[in-house]
Amino acid sequence: MEHEVMFAGFGGQGVLLAGRMLVYAGMLAGKEVSWMPSYGPEMRGGTASCSTVISDEPIGCPVVTKPSAMVVMNEPSLERFERTVRQGGVLIINSSLVKQKAARSDIRTYYVPMNDLAESCGDLHLANMVALGALVEATQAVPEAFLQQAITKHFAGKPEVAKKEWRAVALGGGCVAEARCAGRR
Amino acid sequence: MGEKLYAITEGLQDTPMHYCPGCHHGVIHRLVAEVITEMGLLDKTILVEPVGCSVFAHNYFKVDAVQAAHGRAPAVATGVKRVRPDAVVFTYQGDGDLAAIGCAEIVHAAMRGERFTTIFVNNAIYGMTGGQMAPTTLEGQVTTTSPDGRKVSHAGAPIRMPEMLATLDGAKYAARVAVNTPANIKKAKAAIKEAFSCQLRGDGFSIVEVLSACPTGWGMTPVAADQFIGERMVQRFPLGVIKAEVEADGT
Amino acid sequence: MVEKVLMKGNEAIGEAALRAGCRYYFAYPITPQSELPEFMARELPKRGGVFLQAESEIASVNMVYGAAACGARAMTSSSSPGFSLKQEGISYLAAAELPCLLVNVQRGGPGLGTILPGQADYFQATKGGGHGDYRLLVLAPDSVQEMYDFTLLGFALADQYRMPALLLADGALGQMMEAVKLEGEPKPAPDKPWAVAGRRGREKLNVVQTLALDRDELEAHNRALQDKYALVRRNEVRYEALQTEDADLVLVAYGISARVAKSAMAKARAKGLKVGVFRPITLFPFPEEALFALAKQTNAFLVAEMSCGQMLEDVERVTCCQKPVHFYGRTGGHLTNVEELLERIEQIMAGKAVR
Repeated sequence: MEHEVMFAGFGGQGVLLAGRMLVYAGMLAGKEVSWMPSYGPEMRGGTASCSTVISDEPIGCPVVTKPSAMVVMNEPSLERFERTVRQGGVLIINSSLVKQKAARSDIRTYYVPMNDLAESCGDLHLANMVALGALVEATQAVPEAFLQQAITKHFAGKPEVAKKEWRAVALGGGCVAEARCAGRR
Repeated sequence: MGEKLYAITEGLQDTPMHYCPGCHHGVIHRLVAEVITEMGLLDKTILVEPVGCSVFAHNYFKVDAVQAAHGRAPAVATGVKRVRPDAVVFTYQGDGDLAAIGCAEIVHAAMRGERFTTIFVNNAIYGMTGGQMAPTTLEGQVTTTSPDGRKVSHAGAPIRMPEMLATLDGAKYAARVAVNTPANIKKAKAAIKEAFSCQLRGDGFSIVEVLSACPTGWGMTPVAADQFIGERMVQRFPLGVIKAEVEADGT
Repeated sequence: MVEKVLMKGNEAIGEAALRAGCRYYFAYPITPQSELPEFMARELPKRGGVFLQAESEIASVNMVYGAAACGARAMTSSSSPGFSLKQEGISYLAAAELPCLLVNVQRGGPGLGTILPGQADYFQATKGGGHGDYRLLVLAPDSVQEMYDFTLLGFALADQYRMPALLLADGALGQMMEAVKLEGEPKPAPDKPWAVAGRRGREKLNVVQTLALDRDELEAHNRALQDKYALVRRNEVRYEALQTEDADLVLVAYGISARVAKSAMAKARAKGLKVGVFRPITLFPFPEEALFALAKQTNAFLVAEMSCGQMLEDVERVTCCQKPVHFYGRTGGHLTNVEELLERIEQIMAGKAVR
């Protein structure tokens, strides 16, 4: 099983950290992992993105061009990356900032109000963790327990921060779970 | 039995030098070697030599040596001194090496206040390559690449390195001397000693420019070359101490 | 058991350098390797080392020259345009037989090119790069783990042979994060009785220099260098061969492109195509004998690299026209691509490829 996940958004939205947390959890789960940032002109001001791969096999190219799952945290990212998602893949849209709907019907799309949910946790900067929670819930790319462990380890010495981060993850996950249930009904 | 008045200094190897008749490198070598010897530093000194006529200085000084690429002696000396802060390190560079191709390296070494000493031999010409124009070639001076004399409108005016480097906070001692007369030689030795003292105190970067004769490159007799320094070079390159800052807590 | 840590390639080099006892690092910022100087700026002072940001690439490599002349384990790093600037100093390091580690996190060229990954500095890395007859010991990692491992190895080999070693990576390997085990004991630096220190009671002067105006003296020095490189060729060839035994087509790739080749091989094998991968790990010494032998048993080669065909020339040279050598390359910052490579494989194996 191989997950090729991309996170994209404005610089400052924390997409790189969201990707790092995902692969950190993957590593703790004993998977092969890679994380690769987009770097270059788009690093500043425009769109930031990162490629992550979580796999049972050794990873070839670390740069993802056809993601199995894609998180877009702003509108330019939707415009740029929607078409790259693999058929049958997952697209998660930050509906707090992106008012457009996805055009494609051959992928599973979730609308998660990442900024609003982050603010409900008391910090807009947690939007990336909301996104991460949504992504993991939608893809099951890593077991939840390892994600929690990754966050605890990353924020070692700051248990209060870790707690808040985890709360944001849970809110994002909950939003996707709810949407999925609604879909079944 | 007569009294021995002159002998080779302990800081130099007992070997004939390859320098041309009337060239001042030999005198400058001796002064530096005398200072190092008299200050008791011979055993812990490292020479970083340039590309130019003094590229074989390691054959004359009785110290460990590293030969640098053209102009890079200050960068090499930085590496040396950072690894061996307890060693006494000096670069010995000509005008093409220091003021042209290695201008960035000397400026930044001075800016950082690297604790080594630079002996800058300015003979206003590229001696080793056969007498081409240097950044310090005087206005109107004929060289093989300024056959009608250096024109300021074309090549700029001769560069005064110690004055320029003295503007940098990291440079603590900067002086210009000459070795064309016995009196000047005495002053030159005093300046060289002061520069090494600056290094030993750990104050920062120190440089002594030595106006030097190149009778071969200039097409002059040695005597005329000494006169040229006294009459022409010192006008553009005035002698004296340009900067001497002692750190308050220098020990 | 050593726990795995998640780390960027550039940082893994820094970690390994510290473990190898490197305490002197001189460099100039350039993308995509700046995490390495940033790492060293943070970490070296804590361990009593010296990080110095030089005024230029030229100055930084000459600072390494000075530090290495004193016998210290020293290093510098850069990316393609900056690495070109270092070539003067590298020639002197090779001539003076000064051990040190050089790192080139390649980007696309020529000129300013791009800050995105490239592999077009192969000629420069393996054929000399600067003036004169010299070689570097060139190690090509293909993972963050190998960035770490080969940094340790590079310092050891540099000291063993008294020559500069080069870690030839690329922007992708520098920027990407993978799980790394920070283990492996570095070989301690050997005694360096030739190092300058100030005489300290020593009768003989230690002089590090590269000028030899006497013809015979310089020729003898050059022959000695070549003898050393011959020894390196005999003892230090490293490569990885995967499923080459029964392969009809062997992919030849190094560094990041080797990962892509391995993925393509897996996909090709799944389609029943007998494809193998040959990955040179040392680019100098190039695994000449192994490739020559492989040419006897396989039907064709396909070289994949992020250049217009540089390692290709070595593969052609050492296989001596025994079998066709095909080429697939991407430049401009594009990585080699699994699907494109697979397509080339299928064309070649269907006999439709034009060389």
